[in-house]
Amino acid sequence: MTALSTSNAGIASSSSMPLVRVDQVKKSFGAQTVLDGVSFDVALGEVCCIIGPSGSGKTTMLRCINRLETIDAGMVYFEGDPVGVRLRGEKLYEMKPRELAEQRSRMGMLFQSFNLFPHKTVLENVIEAPLLVKKTDREKAVVEAKQLLERVGLSNKADAYPDNLSGGQQQRVAIARSLAMRPRLMLFDEPTSALDPELVGEVLSVMRDLANDGMTMIVVTHEMAFAREAADTVIFMDGGSIVERGVPADVIGNPQEVRTKAFLARVH
Amino acid sequence: MSLEMEKRNMTFNTQQELSASGVRLDAKDAVPLRRPGRWIGAAIVLVLLGMLVHLLVTNPNLQWEVVKTYLFSGIIMSGLLRTLELTATAMLLGLFIGIIIALMRLSANPVLNWVSWGYIWFFRGIPPIVQLLFWYNLASLTEKLSLGIPFFHVTFLSVTTNSAISPYTAALLGLALTESAYAAEMIRAGVQAVSRGQLEAASSLGMKRGQAMRRIVLPQALRIVIPPIFNDSISMLKFTSLVSVLAIPDLLYSAEEVYSRTYQTIPLLLVATIWYLVLSTILTVIEHRVEGRLRRGHASKDGRPGRPAMPGYRSRWRLWNGPSPSEEPAPIGLS
Repeated sequence: MTALSTSNAGIASSSSMPLVRVDQVKKSFGAQTVLDGVSFDVALGEVCCIIGPSGSGKTTMLRCINRLETIDAGMVYFEGDPVGVRLRGEKLYEMKPRELAEQRSRMGMLFQSFNLFPHKTVLENVIEAPLLVKKTDREKAVVEAKQLLERVGLSNKADAYPDNLSGGQQQRVAIARSLAMRPRLMLFDEPTSALDPELVGEVLSVMRDLANDGMTMIVVTHEMAFAREAADTVIFMDGGSIVERGVPADVIGNPQEVRTKAFLARVH
Repeated sequence: MSLEMEKRNMTFNTQQELSASGVRLDAKDAVPLRRPGRWIGAAIVLVLLGMLVHLLVTNPNLQWEVVKTYLFSGIIMSGLLRTLELTATAMLLGLFIGIIIALMRLSANPVLNWVSWGYIWFFRGIPPIVQLLFWYNLASLTEKLSLGIPFFHVTFLSVTTNSAISPYTAALLGLALTESAYAAEMIRAGVQAVSRGQLEAASSLGMKRGQAMRRIVLPQALRIVIPPIFNDSISMLKFTSLVSVLAIPDLLYSAEEVYSRTYQTIPLLLVATIWYLVLSTILTVIEHRVEGRLRRGHASKDGRPGRPAMPGYRSRWRLWNGPSPSEEPAPIGLS
């Protein structure tokens, strides 16, 4: 069996490719199929919200894009290049850790549980990756970090430790930390699910600003109001595949599929 | 009986009487729960303590005058220094090797994994004193120690075993290698206690596994491991007394040297005991300080401090009150 099907051979290096292409991705954990042949594109500057019941595979899908999860079949492309593997001649090779790290550094990721580094201050959290990965000059990194903290409204918290911040503040720091690597794509894994209701708004508003600035974003979320208002496309997933995909006014406002209707009726 | 009730000299027998009277009850007027067990316990301990003090003061065999003579004598002081030196170097060397072994244990590489497993199995399974003797007698096993390429007869460095392994080196190796096996398991547990999300966050920022380990995971793991490391240091302090079998003049051996001459066995063992206790107390105090410093930016989830290394340091001795809400119950394990 050859590693490449002929249809993929031309695509891999095409410049007209969308920023992210998910092509027939399959993934199982043991006997349980989590993703059953998922395909979609996300164009540069697009905001794409993935909604669906828990267990539908949306978080796994997101984690496959930056290869926090490996995939069993299919392919994910980012900036036209396959993620996690390299094409040499006619064969695909698993990437070296250095290459994968480089590819990941161009995709930011936000987690439900923030995952700030608890032993570092807010400022140190933001400058850590630029210093270590990009070898940015320290002074320059600090200046940029302060600008980013200003952008998420936390310039007064630069010297605080994460444990002394509210959940909403922590998630905003996490956004600044990701932005410090100047990613071309931001992945959000239920960024507001762990927050108290009154703190959700501040995080969503930072995300809205990002979207308005033209950042390409893929957001797994339960916030229907945010999806309806900020998303260019909404994907509804259930049982490991995409049930419905389209502009929010259609998928959320006027769903066609029975499963989409049932899900929206439950969450509204 | 609440204050208000006392003032008005009222008693109530039924719920109805109470509500009819219009008196308001206040929880702060409640008489604290009596704890007779604590008083009885304290009394027993005091009696036992009194007996001990009486023994220490009145028994002439303790020869406190001799203890006083030797407590700060030159030979004991140099033994004390040697004990400290051994403890510190064996701990540092043991931790250094332990970190490497722990990282090998955690590595995805199956070869490193098995090698480190075997290392831990071996060095944790042998009593330190057996190791000391073995290292000391290495010359009987092999006359020369060489560094080179095997099978090609290339040798960069070759020394006779007897010149390389002095009693001190043998002691250091035995103690440090034993410690490294324990430290490796401790550090591995510490690394595994750091949430997986930390590694994921680091790699999604483009850090390589090694960078993420060094900068993000290990600092957090070491913080978790600080209390057991100090625990091991105190053990190590005591284990160094084993080196007296190799005639290294540490604290215990120095004391032995004196009493083998003067036959003042008990007072000289007392001198050693006093110094071991002093040193382990100092280590405990340092541990307490370091833990406090490391807790920086890392308050326990519920905001309560963890249990201090010494009882009563924060909570005082409260024999008569119930636990104050801010201190008890101490969270289990580490904060």
